[in-house]
Amino acid sequence: MSRTASPTDRRSNLLTLGMLALLLYFLLPLFWLVVSATKTTSDLFSTFGLWFSGDFSLLRNIHDTFTYDGGVYGRWMLNTLAYSVVSAGGATLLAALGGYGFAKFRFRGNNALFGLVLGSIMVPTTALAIPTYLLFSKFGLVNTPWAIILPSLVSPFGLYLMRVYAQDAVADATLEAARLDGAGELRIFFQVVLRSLAPGLVTVLLFTLVATWNNYFLPLIMLNDPKLYPITVGLSAWSSQAVGGSGSSAELLALVVTGSLLSVIPLIAAFLMLQRYWQSGLTTGGVKE
Amino acid sequence: MTTTTAPPRPATTRKAAKTSTRRSQATAGYLFVTPFLLVFLLFFLLPLAYAAYLSLFREQLVGGTVFAGLDNYVRALGDERLLGGVLRVARFFVLQVPIMLVLALLAALAIDSGLLRVSKVFRVGIFIPYAVPSVVATLMWGYLYGRDFGPFAQLGHAIGAATPNFLGDGLMLGSMANIVTWEFTGYNMIILYAALRAIPTDLYEAAAVDGASSWRIAWNIKVPAIRPALFLCLIFSVIGSFQLFAEPQLLQRLAPSVIDSAYTPNLYAYTLAFTGQEVNYAAAVSFLLGVVIVVVSYSFLFVTNRRSRS
Repeated sequence: MSRTASPTDRRSNLLTLGMLALLLYFLLPLFWLVVSATKTTSDLFSTFGLWFSGDFSLLRNIHDTFTYDGGVYGRWMLNTLAYSVVSAGGATLLAALGGYGFAKFRFRGNNALFGLVLGSIMVPTTALAIPTYLLFSKFGLVNTPWAIILPSLVSPFGLYLMRVYAQDAVADATLEAARLDGAGELRIFFQVVLRSLAPGLVTVLLFTLVATWNNYFLPLIMLNDPKLYPITVGLSAWSSQAVGGSGSSAELLALVVTGSLLSVIPLIAAFLMLQRYWQSGLTTGGVKE
Repeated sequence: MTTTTAPPRPATTRKAAKTSTRRSQATAGYLFVTPFLLVFLLFFLLPLAYAAYLSLFREQLVGGTVFAGLDNYVRALGDERLLGGVLRVARFFVLQVPIMLVLALLAALAIDSGLLRVSKVFRVGIFIPYAVPSVVATLMWGYLYGRDFGPFAQLGHAIGAATPNFLGDGLMLGSMANIVTWEFTGYNMIILYAALRAIPTDLYEAAAVDGASSWRIAWNIKVPAIRPALFLCLIFSVIGSFQLFAEPQLLQRLAPSVIDSAYTPNLYAYTLAFTGQEVNYAAAVSFLLGVVIVVVSYSFLFVTNRRSRS
């Protein structure tokens, strides 16, 4: 792994210690989350936050999280999964097709169109959310899954990454050879190009997945049926009940904590399992210019 | 297409064949980019144009919606609540972004230097918060900051010291900056680290042989080489800071007296559109916010370009 390895052991304990302190800062809140998910609401208040209490109620918390309010949490989880998988899959395919098109074909307006898309990276998506809402309400799309999925299909940064990536990873000679064999352009794309784009594809897929999974503003304004909520909006609604209320709704606190923990596990797992791909995708395709 | 009139020369057939492949190439190119551009047009450019259009009208109690020209913009430019929000996020940007980017750069350089033990653990561990939704991050930090069962307050209580009120008026912006730093340092670190890996090693191996220290190599060779990636991080940070929403919106519940409905411009636009029903004015505010972000981003682009040229 260490590319700059030299004969002597150059490892620095001081630097490692400094980085350990930094790592602690980034992991401590997550440790708190894990610890807190094992506590009852009353233990949350009465025991020290950074260590377990005697009463280990993680399983009961998980059970309560999934059964509260008719099992709405499970629905939110599935909604989030559906919205983000469809959005990320679609956005990645569009970015791959487009990035390959911009990288490997000469046509009139190629640079101008790409420049237009690139410039749009700087336009904040939340500035678009309110007009998109107003537009969608004219077409009856508000309060449907499409209201979340359709705007999430646009990923200018994904297109940019795919174009840079396709430029390097797809060899012109391979394309020529496939064309001489009489293969059609679409067949070449799906059978030859996609394979060489794989690390770039995983990178764009993961980052668009995170963008939709973590999206809050768009679903907050687009949806008002709790059954359609993604997990972010659902947790926010539970937490506002827990903060505002007392008595039985204060019990929600433990569910907000447990629900938060459960909601971050899938993405963290995906990043850990796929790290070989997305890291190499960033290195070769991403940001070298 | 003006390529059809090829003069009759010996190589005509070959040239014609080339022209036709070039044309079919162009067609194929259009076919590949059309799906993206179509979606881009429908769900990006169209809402943008619609926002611009809406911002030129005004609702009235009597007479419905009427054309108002630039009235909404005039109102926005003189709107103290909006101005206050913009200045607040600008202050947030100045406070938070340098800390985050310096941390990200140092971490990326440390991991790339080969001087660390178990560097992979650091790389992955620091990056993980990026996979945590900002809603969850804010809820989590909100509890950590809290006086009821926040560990800081508990520790302070145990040793008899007063813990600062993290969610009070004085510290709120700093507390929010901490949340955002926690969320996005790893993301920036990965972008910078990827750029560092792309530097050809021979660029600095010679310097290492000459006895240059790791610090000098990092500062004089590596950092200049990844300037484009640093710039990319900076632009993303401009966008992120100026459209801050989830963090203030969620912390508002814990500290309603500190965070008002115009704490950030985005929160203000949201309140205008969904609580105040002032859709047209909200569109103008959104549009103006977009303009501010683009202007700030381009001025950074301008400054860094000039500096790297001189």
